[in-house]
Amino acid sequence: MEVLKKYPKLFQWLFLLIVFFALCFAIDVPETYKFIRGQAEFVKDPNQSAFVFLGKEVRYYAFDVFWRLPPLLGWLPIWINDSLFFLMNDWMPMEFWNEDTQEYKTRPLVLQITRNLTAFMTFLIELIREILLGGLETIVAFTSWDWIDANPWAELPGLPWTIVAAGSAILAYKLGGKGLAIYALLSMTYISIFGQWKPSMQTLSFILVAAPLSFIFGLGLGIAAFKSKRVEKALYPILLVMQTMPQYAVLVPALVLFGVGDHAAVIITMIVAVPPMILLTLLGLRAVPPEVIEAGRMSGCNNWQLMSKVLIPTARRDILIGVNQVIMVCFSMAVISAFIGAKGLGFNLLLALNQLNIGLALEAGLCISLIAILLDKMSLAWANKQVDYFGNLNFFQRNKNSLFFGVVVIAGILLAYFGSIYFKDGYNYLFEVPHNKGISTASFWNKGVDWIFDTFFVYIKAFNTWLIVDVLQPMRALYLRMPAIATLVLVVGAGYLIGGVRSALVVCGLTLFIALSPWWDRALVTTYMATFGVIVSCIIGFTVGTLCFQNKHSTNFMLNICDIFQTFPSFVYLIPVMMLFGITDTSVLIAVIVYATIPATRYTIEGLRSVPAGLHDAATMSGVTKFQRLFKIEFPLAFPHMMLGLNQTIVFALFMVIIGAFIGTEDLGQYILKALSDKKGAGIGLTLGICVAFIGLIFDNLIRTWVGKRKKHLGID
Amino acid sequence: MSEPVIKCQSVYKIFGANAERMLKEANGNVDAKTFQDNGCIVGVNNASFEVSKGEMLVVMGLSGSGKSTLLRCISRLTDATGGKIFIEGQDLLNLNNKELIDLRRNKMGMVFQSFALLPHKTVLENIAFPLQIKGIKTEDSINKAMDMVKLVGLDGRENYFPRELSGGQQQRVGIARSLAVEPDIWFLDEPFSALDPLIRKEMQDEFLRLQEKLQKTIMFITHDFDEALKLADRIAIMKDGIIEQLDTPANIVLNPATEYVRKFTEEVPREKVLLIKDVMDETTSSNIGDLKVSKDEIIENVAEKILTQEKTVAVIDSKNNVVGSINPAKIINTVFGGRKNNN
Repeated sequence: MEVLKKYPKLFQWLFLLIVFFALCFAIDVPETYKFIRGQAEFVKDPNQSAFVFLGKEVRYYAFDVFWRLPPLLGWLPIWINDSLFFLMNDWMPMEFWNEDTQEYKTRPLVLQITRNLTAFMTFLIELIREILLGGLETIVAFTSWDWIDANPWAELPGLPWTIVAAGSAILAYKLGGKGLAIYALLSMTYISIFGQWKPSMQTLSFILVAAPLSFIFGLGLGIAAFKSKRVEKALYPILLVMQTMPQYAVLVPALVLFGVGDHAAVIITMIVAVPPMILLTLLGLRAVPPEVIEAGRMSGCNNWQLMSKVLIPTARRDILIGVNQVIMVCFSMAVISAFIGAKGLGFNLLLALNQLNIGLALEAGLCISLIAILLDKMSLAWANKQVDYFGNLNFFQRNKNSLFFGVVVIAGILLAYFGSIYFKDGYNYLFEVPHNKGISTASFWNKGVDWIFDTFFVYIKAFNTWLIVDVLQPMRALYLRMPAIATLVLVVGAGYLIGGVRSALVVCGLTLFIALSPWWDRALVTTYMATFGVIVSCIIGFTVGTLCFQNKHSTNFMLNICDIFQTFPSFVYLIPVMMLFGITDTSVLIAVIVYATIPATRYTIEGLRSVPAGLHDAATMSGVTKFQRLFKIEFPLAFPHMMLGLNQTIVFALFMVIIGAFIGTEDLGQYILKALSDKKGAGIGLTLGICVAFIGLIFDNLIRTWVGKRKKHLGID
Repeated sequence: MSEPVIKCQSVYKIFGANAERMLKEANGNVDAKTFQDNGCIVGVNNASFEVSKGEMLVVMGLSGSGKSTLLRCISRLTDATGGKIFIEGQDLLNLNNKELIDLRRNKMGMVFQSFALLPHKTVLENIAFPLQIKGIKTEDSINKAMDMVKLVGLDGRENYFPRELSGGQQQRVGIARSLAVEPDIWFLDEPFSALDPLIRKEMQDEFLRLQEKLQKTIMFITHDFDEALKLADRIAIMKDGIIEQLDTPANIVLNPATEYVRKFTEEVPREKVLLIKDVMDETTSSNIGDLKVSKDEIIENVAEKILTQEKTVAVIDSKNNVVGSINPAKIINTVFGGRKNNN
């Protein structure tokens, strides 16, 4: 009894676990239970039960409610789908003027809006794309095809790659100095020489539209939320769900609304990239000290000046992290949106992965990463740029970069001209190195992969088999063996113990949504893969982070590595693992582990860093050893921050698990991928995405509540 | 005397949802406790005073006494709940947004306790900021800012960022920024409270030097009574939102109006605060020696001279006319007598 009173929390947790396991053992697996159940709506089977709700018939295999809840929300995807179709095709038909046919035409409102939006996006992308690569579309947009036929000279010629490469180097020099300039020149030259110019520029034009638009919208909405409580309240739940929604899942409904192509990709990218930008803008603006705002007011700022000259610059650090995130998401989406027909490197990457041509995939992936890092560093350098007021410069000094760029343009054009004479019959390599006509290292990599496979086949296979048979399969079986009621009790109980009734109710609602959807079993598989990934990632991340923290140089080194790795689009991670492990669950899990280790490591280091120096000194003066200090002082204090890292790790892991469906998994991601090619997949895709988002939110809620309480308890921030 | 630069009439600031209604119902009789029970907090309670041109009014009070709130009402960083405030005859609370911005751009400067510098701007850019906000050309504003840098003695550091400066230097930037637009009215909100004692003294002297040169109308907030005595033309002592006493330093020390004010004055070394004219006799006695002292001297500076005299000392004004006399015994009495603790 004494012990019980001393550790009440511990016993509550023990009690919860006992109840959980008791339920697991008490409820047997029904004999008819088979793992696959999700396709019930497509198969007609006399053993199925059915119900009708809102005119939608839902068929399913019924089990004991304690084992699996009936899919009472099964009508939701169908209903979403129908509503979407109704909105697009039948709602509010109106007369719209049609330019081409010169007459009024009846069209539903939503369709007209989305079509105008896509036309606008297409124009923006084409404009940049044709400046870089040349083409007709932009001129057509201002005139007509007839005009083009009459004036065959009217075509944007596109810039020779030499000009773009040198131009980006000059820009990089102006923004960030020599180092960045060299990096820009080298990566652009690499891209050209290795024959990736055209797809790279296509991707770049996509990014140059998507990233600024996302930034502007995110900043604008962030400011609106900062200024008005009501806007914030309206945005908050959407932001929360979008934070944990896998990027894949957004593709499907967008497909219905905006069709296929680059324009749809830009819109989806904005949908994904804007929420983190909003959150970080809001966070940054909130953190501006009130006296700084007052100082701005007393300097006579009007509202606009206060926002643009005081608040935003002061909140710059967080807003910059937002920009960073936007760029990261844009590149990630540049690949993923290849699924809905976006052109560029992403498309090549997917194609190569599909053909198992690892070498080609690697080249495309490398190019994406190079451009991603370049843009990331350039945006950072731009934001940190300083003005020198005392430079008494003459005209030449002030405009040397522009002048130099002018020289470069002329030189580039001349070069291209000479090139056209020199390479008379073939391709003008000084203008553009055509795709796949550059140097390719693909065969080298492919041979390398073959060599690795041949040489280490036995070991890899042994490892693979061991992992799958002895670790993954049993773990998966365990997860699927949980009766729904036991899972519910466990999750809700944890919610209650951590955050009281409120938390318990939130978590219960989220879990029930998944349990009542037709994909509970799939969600369990997703959770099992994510759990495995998170556990390994955390072990690696916490260990590496702690070790690196012992030394200042290794700390900075590790943070830089995290920065660079984070810039890689998520799909790129699949390349090397497929090289080694082929198309298996192991590949997916290893990609998950690598990807999710980044936040785990970063937050560990940052957490340890946040321990006040005073405590450090106090501990040292008490005569602790290095280990004692680590375990008695640093870990307990850094733990809340590290738990936030765990939160991020879970989100990253979930994302990668879903993307892993591309390799082939049997979880929610597989269905999302399927929904992509399904005409009526919009509702399914969205509901599946929400399910994944809710899995993330359950953990998010529990961890955040715990961290909040813990921090209060420790008296930090 | 000309019109006061700042004039407050029964200014109230009450925080809370029903503040305005409750203030109306209270009918000018605001009791902090009743308001608190109804979820309102009284920040400033019936403040009325005037500050005339070139005068320095120091508002003194402990934290939570409402002194910063009062200042923010007068600079209209918050809107007063009740009462009237006039700045050079203009009704501050009736100004529209544009007029208010104009007023701040041309007439007001403010210095903050935590310096409140813009972290992304250099020293020079920070100082030029109010000028640029006004729409002055970059070159002119930078030149003007450079003059300000020299004025506060930061030459050579104009391209530093605030984070690279010490607290004292940061506050010099804050002072320079508030002076850049050459305001007539200067608000200082505990400008030296965040500084080390030594730096604080240095900054106070610097501040007095500046004020001698610039002759601004000043409202200065502090929680340090010694600072108030050192700087002020007049001091307002606040407690729980109420101005307990508003008077010259000498009068506050000699005649504390309330028990609360008396507590502050007890420990004050009077010889450092009081002038000869504060303690002299208006009459001239017959037993006068050769020594003459000015009526505007601080006692401390002349005490030694007076105490070595056996006879009464004559007090003169700036035109060398004898206006009174002072007895050495009076000096001893002033410095050592009349304190509870010492008796």
